Amino acid sequence: MKAKRSHLLAYHGTCIGHHHPEAAAVRIEQLSARYAAGNPLALEAVSLSIARGKRVALVGDNGSGKSTLLKCLAGLLTPCDGSAEVLGHRPGVCRHEVAYLPQRSSLDWDFPIAVSPFVLTGSYVRLGWLRRPGKAQRGRVTGAIEQLGLKPFARRLIGQLSGGQQQRMLLARTLVHDAELVLLDEPFNAVDDASRDIIWEVLEDLCERGRTVLMATHDIARYHERFDRVVTLENGRITKH
Amino acid sequence: MDWLTEPLRFTFMQNALAAVLLAGLNCALVGTYVVLRRMAFMGGALGHTILPGVAFAFLKGFSLFWGALGASLITALSVAALSSQRRVREDTAIGVVLAGMFALGILLMSLASSNRDFSAIVFGSVLGVTMADLVLIGIVTVIITITLILYHKELELTSLDPEYARVIGVRPGRMRLLVLILSALAVVSAVQVVGALLTIALLITPAACATLLMQSVHRIMLVASLVAVLSGFAGLILSYHYDISSGACIVLCATACFLVAWSYRLIRTGV
Repeated sequence: MKAKRSHLLAYHGTCIGHHHPEAAAVRIEQLSARYAAGNPLALEAVSLSIARGKRVALVGDNGSGKSTLLKCLAGLLTPCDGSAEVLGHRPGVCRHEVAYLPQRSSLDWDFPIAVSPFVLTGSYVRLGWLRRPGKAQRGRVTGAIEQLGLKPFARRLIGQLSGGQQQRMLLARTLVHDAELVLLDEPFNAVDDASRDIIWEVLEDLCERGRTVLMATHDIARYHERFDRVVTLENGRITKH
Repeated sequence: MDWLTEPLRFTFMQNALAAVLLAGLNCALVGTYVVLRRMAFMGGALGHTILPGVAFAFLKGFSLFWGALGASLITALSVAALSSQRRVREDTAIGVVLAGMFALGILLMSLASSNRDFSAIVFGSVLGVTMADLVLIGIVTVIITITLILYHKELELTSLDPEYARVIGVRPGRMRLLVLILSALAVVSAVQVVGALLTIALLITPAACATLLMQSVHRIMLVASLVAVLSGFAGLILSYHYDISSGACIVLCATACFLVAWSYRLIRTGV
């Protein structure tokens, strides 16, 4: 009865517990996508398979299709051709198991919210409609904030943080989301060295816990060896696996 | 003290005060999201576009409240539908709907016998509030309060980070529509208090004042409600003693609060 009520209150696109543990984290076949009808393809016939627990970098110049691919996997963009599976489901079906860290520009940084309640929004996906975060969710928020070195800034407004602190705060929310697959869009963009190190530690911790990390970045030179695999995109196509 | 309480000996003043407080509360609570989502233009449009609904209700002989509510909801839904496909920008959609509805209102008013019949709607008539009006405004307060409590976390998230909201399965477009519908309800509840032309002030000014002083949605709502309630009370008492327009007085009190908050912020930040 409790489970049934829980499903009724779940947000749109929740797999209501039907998982496929044997499925790959990501499986894409001949995937093509564009942002609007009539626009050129942002992704063209891309095929890719990523096993669970791997750390994969998506590399390429601006406009190469990295963010587009992540958006397709996060269920934010519907492909116009081909197929995609995320943890054995269509993208956008298993939302609580797929966390997405967007580029910083997608947020309203002037919004009056402090770091701690912002990070708490990462718990909403598992709460659904009408339910409020409780002690358990707040405990996870405290843990994530401490892990990312944000404790001194927990009560500060999000717009008052530096670029590196903002990126760490977004990652803290991703940790609270507690997903199987973590999609990161340029997490090192405009980030200082101290923040980079903290972010790397957290990502390594995620992989040790068996989580899959797919990261779009154009800053690969220093970190090439830290990934299990590097996939290069160019003009919407994969050029190197 | 007598100066403050003496007007409240009259039943019509008691009704007026209750209406002012409830409508102020409605507008302040919804206005917080209207301001934070940068939808002030839409708030103004909602106040102006009730005219055809009111005129139609008057011509057909049914309640002006329902006419105003219908027109306000039509505006909110039309803007949402026109701008949903992104072929038309939202501010453009608001401009087109506002102009069309306002023109329709003028046309319908010209069909009525005298323009004076609509002055209560255009400029407000808070002293004419009846118990039935109060019940309607009270119902709107209950609807708005319950909705904001139930959907607080989704409304806040979609205002702050609509892309992440979509990732977790909350549809920002639907939350925006909810804000528009609540705005329509709040505006209609305030029409009799300050008049159609000034409803935007009750919707925007208290919330704008509170955003200058507070740093969380809850606190902004609280301070905006206080500003709306105090402005309503002060405006009503002043209008009684000096025999001036109550709607304009209420709005000017809210504007004064905003100027004080703005000056305080200016001095404090030194910018």
